[in-house]
Amino acid sequence: MSNEYTLAELCICASAEAFRDDGEVLATGIGVIPRLAASLAMQSFNPDLMMTDSEAWILSAPNPIGPRGDDFVPATESWMGFSRIFDNVWSGRRHAMLGPTQVDRWGQSNTSALGGTYDAPKTMMLGARGFPGNSISHQNSFFVPGHSARVFIEGECDFVSSIGYNPERLPKGRSLDDVDIRLIITDLCVMDFGGANHQVRLRSLHPGIALEQVLENTGFPIEVPDSVPTTAAPTAEQLAIIAALDPHNQRAMQIKDNPAGDRS
Amino acid sequence: MDKQMTAAEVVSQLEDGMTIGIGGWGPRRKPMALVREILRSDLKDLTLVSYGGADVGMLCAAGKVKKLVFAFVSLDFIPLEAHFRKARQSGSIEVMEIDEGMMLLGLRAAAWGLPFIPTEIGLGTDIVTKNPDIKLIDSPYDDKEWVAMPALNLDASLIHVDHADARGVCQISGPDHYMDDMFARAAKKTYVSCDELVDSSYFNSPEQARLVFWERAATAGVVHIPGGAHPSSCSPLYGFDVPHFKEYSAAAKDEAGFGGYADKYLGASEADYQTAVGGLDAIRQIPLPTY
Repeated sequence: MSNEYTLAELCICASAEAFRDDGEVLATGIGVIPRLAASLAMQSFNPDLMMTDSEAWILSAPNPIGPRGDDFVPATESWMGFSRIFDNVWSGRRHAMLGPTQVDRWGQSNTSALGGTYDAPKTMMLGARGFPGNSISHQNSFFVPGHSARVFIEGECDFVSSIGYNPERLPKGRSLDDVDIRLIITDLCVMDFGGANHQVRLRSLHPGIALEQVLENTGFPIEVPDSVPTTAAPTAEQLAIIAALDPHNQRAMQIKDNPAGDRS
Repeated sequence: MDKQMTAAEVVSQLEDGMTIGIGGWGPRRKPMALVREILRSDLKDLTLVSYGGADVGMLCAAGKVKKLVFAFVSLDFIPLEAHFRKARQSGSIEVMEIDEGMMLLGLRAAAWGLPFIPTEIGLGTDIVTKNPDIKLIDSPYDDKEWVAMPALNLDASLIHVDHADARGVCQISGPDHYMDDMFARAAKKTYVSCDELVDSSYFNSPEQARLVFWERAATAGVVHIPGGAHPSSCSPLYGFDVPHFKEYSAAAKDEAGFGGYADKYLGASEADYQTAVGGLDAIRQIPLPTY
């Protein structure tokens, strides 16, 4: 155990756990913390993971983030342009970790439009991107750097980009068990969908975070087990791997004010 | 057959109301010189199909777009495309919002002459509720419902490549050809701008020929425009122009809006544009991005 770690590093290690038992799948982490999480998992407990360079190649070992110097040689393993990414997605051999703007109680997420009407939203974002296909093809996890009731909203997402455990939207001939949303990692806690009828369930609280903080900042009820563990602190070995994967310390800019990992 | 033409000749073959596919991905290898030629024309009411970047943002801002078929519009390092957002938030464009992979299936269906391709993508999401034109169908082989992703039949496609010959053999030697092969096949006419025009013998080496992703019969016109992807990238020749994209994005918040940007840069020709952005040598020196 290390006593000196940041919240970003705690989140990277907690997020890496999502990939631990995945076996040989393409791990895609969009954004600095999810990318480092997938990279850490591949560099430590799940070396069978596959990973791209975020452009067009599969790598045998993850690239460090940011400028890598002219003499850096990526461990290129095979071509993986976008068209081939879809072949992989539709095979189901992938686990994506992404950060949607809204997540509702059913695990549906929104990356597209907020407020107003669909024809003229108040705030237009990216669009549905690959979320519809990802969510119905393979396992997915979410990383939310700012746990609030504006992300974890009370009602349904303004625009549903990804399928979740909503019985009212269940396609004919399919079961809610076909949906596979794994972990939600936030700046406060780790959650999953392991509650009754796929209800969101608290798995662990980050060091120094009270249960009330999570409940107050979540717009829907969640299942709270009798005993909730504290999210494991990064080990010195994990911190060393993270430092090597992120030599320019981009992780320090991912969560506001880069707080310490233990807030007690 | 010599398929060389000018950008103006390409645009003269396009008509109001056409459905136009645009190759590339976000800020990468977009046929921006051809887009600029559309901006200089009085073409209107277009339906665009694109993995969108500034191509979509500019055409929306200039009022050229009636309908947009999209999964995202983004400049990657600037995640939200400011001019596209403005168009969406003002309700000035119709949209068909689909998943990235659905777009590939729609293009494939068009390329293969199919009315649709069945897929599970979109089920359980607002893709199927917000798009009444996308139908759900029963399968003859199981008891599930499926999305019938309709063919995205294109009147024309616009694509930028690094090398091409006059007969329309096109090479993409950057690491990803994206869905450009499907854009080329899905369109009645595909017009390609190229950074470098080469003699056909260039392709005699298997290493070069391996980087050709569709047959020349799918290419209707070739326009030689060095630097023609700027401000998007054309790997391995040049990266995307970060300061230029920042200025372009900021213009969405200016009083003059996109008009101010266009007045400063668009000019009457691509030569005017390249002068305004510092010349071809400057474009070719823009470093490739690190991902």
